[in-house]
Amino acid sequence: MKTLNQLAIAAMTAGAILAAPVANAQDLVFLSTQLRPIDEAQKVREVLLKGAPKTTYVVEEPPQFAVRMKAEQAAGKRTISLMGALHGELQPLAPTASLDAIDDVAAKLSASGIPAGLMELGKLGTSTQQYIPWMQATYVLVVRKEALPFLPAGADVNALTYEQLAAWGKAIQDKTGQRRIGFPAGPKGLFARFLQGNLVPSYTGSMVTEFRSAAAEKGWTDFKALWATVNPNANNYNFMQEPLMAGEVWIAWDHIARVKDALTAEPDKYLVVPPPAGSQGRAYMPVVAGLAIAKDAPNRAQAAAVIEHLLKPATQIATAMEVGFFPVINAPLPADLPAGVKLLADGIAKTQGAKDAIVALLPVGLGDKGGEFNKVYFDTFQRIVLRGEPVRAVLDSQAETLRALMTQTAAPCWAPDKPSQGACPVT
Amino acid sequence: MPQPRWLPYLLIAPSVAFLAAFFLVPLGQTILLSFDGGQGFSLANYARMAGDLNFPTALRNTFALVIVVIPLQVGLALVMGLMLQKMTRGRELVLWIWTIPLGVSDLAAGLVWLAILQDSGYLNTLLFQFGLISGPTAYLNSETPIALFFAVVLAEVWRATAIVLIILVAGIQLIPKEFGEAADIFGASPWTKFRKITLPLLKPSLQSALILRTVLAFEVFAVVYALGGRNFPIIVGEAYTWQNENQNYGVAAAYAVLVMAISLAATVIYLKALRVDPEAQA
Repeated sequence: MKTLNQLAIAAMTAGAILAAPVANAQDLVFLSTQLRPIDEAQKVREVLLKGAPKTTYVVEEPPQFAVRMKAEQAAGKRTISLMGALHGELQPLAPTASLDAIDDVAAKLSASGIPAGLMELGKLGTSTQQYIPWMQATYVLVVRKEALPFLPAGADVNALTYEQLAAWGKAIQDKTGQRRIGFPAGPKGLFARFLQGNLVPSYTGSMVTEFRSAAAEKGWTDFKALWATVNPNANNYNFMQEPLMAGEVWIAWDHIARVKDALTAEPDKYLVVPPPAGSQGRAYMPVVAGLAIAKDAPNRAQAAAVIEHLLKPATQIATAMEVGFFPVINAPLPADLPAGVKLLADGIAKTQGAKDAIVALLPVGLGDKGGEFNKVYFDTFQRIVLRGEPVRAVLDSQAETLRALMTQTAAPCWAPDKPSQGACPVT
Repeated sequence: MPQPRWLPYLLIAPSVAFLAAFFLVPLGQTILLSFDGGQGFSLANYARMAGDLNFPTALRNTFALVIVVIPLQVGLALVMGLMLQKMTRGRELVLWIWTIPLGVSDLAAGLVWLAILQDSGYLNTLLFQFGLISGPTAYLNSETPIALFFAVVLAEVWRATAIVLIILVAGIQLIPKEFGEAADIFGASPWTKFRKITLPLLKPSLQSALILRTVLAFEVFAVVYALGGRNFPIIVGEAYTWQNENQNYGVAAAYAVLVMAISLAATVIYLKALRVDPEAQA
C-alpha cells in the first residue's frame, strides 16, 4: 500500500508541477486558499501586492492545497515559498514539518499590534511561530430593511434569539407569503460552519462534548421550527449576496466576504447584525487566515518581505476595503470607509463585543478529517430538519460517528469546549 | 512487398501503452484504494458507503434516471433517424441542428437548463408574463423532488439524445434499400417494414447505442450537480462529495468501483439480451 501511496503522490506532484503557472526562478510563488474568486485574486495581484517583491499569486481549493503541499514535500522539490490559508488549513501542515519556523518574522512585526492571543494561535501548539496572522473575518446576519417592519415586538435586531428569528421569519411568511430567511446550504456554501460555530454552541456552550445533550436537542428542535420559514432554495445557495441582491432573501447568514458585494452595491438597503443567541449565549466563529513559509522554500527572504508588506497598516486597510477581510494589526479603519465595508466592520464589532458572546473556533486538530467533521453536522441537519427524523435518535447516532472521528484523530478539545487530555470526549 | 507480421502490433502499441498508463493503472489504484482500510485489506470503505445517509437515495435516483432517460432517448432518436431517412431536402441542416448539444459540455448544458428553470429563469418569466403564475415558482429544491427529477430528465434527454441519433442514423444508412423495395412489392405496411426489416437490421447499432448511453447515464454528474446540487443525490455525485468535501478518498474509490461494476453489468446484460448475429456485424 505504501508503494501505491507513493505512486499516487508522484502522480499528483506531476499534476501540480504541470499545472503551476510559469514563474521565473526568482519569482516568489504565493499559494493561497483565500481570496480565490477571480476578481479577488486580481485585487491581490494588482492592489495588495503592489510594492511587494515580485510575486506570483496562485490560488487553490483547500483540499487541493493540502494535497499539493504533501506532494511537493514527498517529491523533495518545493515551488511554493509563501502560503496563505485559514488557521484550520495550516494546522495539519505543522505535524508534517511542512512549515518553516518564522520567529524572525514575528519579531520584526512585534510592534504592529497583532493581539497576543491571535499570535499565539499562529504557533499551532508548538514552541515556534508557524504562521503570522494575516486577516480576519467572521459570520454575520445581513438584514434587508424591508424585513424590519415584521420584527416581533420586543425583539432587538442587534440581539436576536433563535426563537425571535423564527418568529420574525414566520411573520414575514404570514404577511408576504414568502419565506425570506436564507442560509448558504448549497454544495459550496458554508452552512456546516453555522451549525458548528453558531447554532450548537449557542445552546450547549460546546461544539463537541455536549453534542447530544438535552440542550443540543432543544437547539435542533428550535432550528427545525426556524427552518420552516427558510427559503426552500436554501439548499442551492452557495453565496448569500446574490439572493440578497435579488430580494429573494431578506435575512441571510453568511461569511462577511460572501455578502460584501450586496453591501457595497447598495449599502442603504441593509443592516449587519450579530448571529442569534441560544440559551447559553451568542456563539460566533472568528475566522483567522495566516501567512506561512514553506520548509525549504526557494525564496524564504522574499517570502518574509511579502509577509511584512501584507501586514503594513496601509495594506491591511486596503485588504478590508478591497476584499472585506479585516486587519489583524492595530490599524484604525479610515473614517471615509466605503459604506458597505463600514457596515461589515460595525457588524463584526457588534458580534465580537456582544455581552453574551461565545467564541467558537474553527475545528482544530482534525488533520484531513475536517470534511468528515463537517459531514457529521450536515448529516445531522439533513436527518433532523430535511427528513424529519426524531431529534434524540439522530443526535445519539451521529454522536457515535463524531466520537469515532475524535478518537481516530485524537484531536483535543478546542474553544468553546474545555481543554481535554487526549481526544475531545463526546458525552 | 508482404508486410511484416508484427507491424499491426507496433501500430497499436502507442494506444495500448496510453490506455495502460492512463486507464488501467489508475483503475487498479482505485480498486486497491477502495479496499484499503488503513491497515491492509478491508471492506470498511464499502461498509461506510453502504451505511451512508445518502447511499440508498443516490442508488435509487441513479437507476430511476437510467430507466426513464434511456428508453426516451432511444425512442426519440429512432423517430428522428427515420424522419431524416425520409427527408430529401435540408437533411444535412436538420441533422446538424439536432446534433448541436453534442458540442456542449455536460456542465454547460446543466447551466443552460438552470437558467431556464430556476426561480428567476426564463420559464418563470414567460409564465409570469402570460399571467399563469403570480410570482417566482421554485422547481429545483428539496421540496419539489418530482419536478427536480423531471428537470434532470429533460436536460439529459436534450443533451445526450444526439449521440444515440448519430449511431442510429449510421445504422439506418447501412440497411440496403432493396429490402424496403421488395417489401413494397409484397404490399407491406410501413409498420411491418419497420418491425421486420429496419429494427432487426438496426440491432447492432442499437446495441452499441444502448451500451454507450447506459454506461454514460450511470455516470451522470454535471447536469445533476448544476440543477440540483445536493438535493438530488446520485452515485457519481456522492463519489465527488466524498473525495472533495469529506476528503475520504477510500469511500470515494468504493463509489467509483460501484459505478464501474454497475456499468460492466449493464454492458453484459445488453450483450446477452441483444445478441447480434456475427454475420450482421459486418
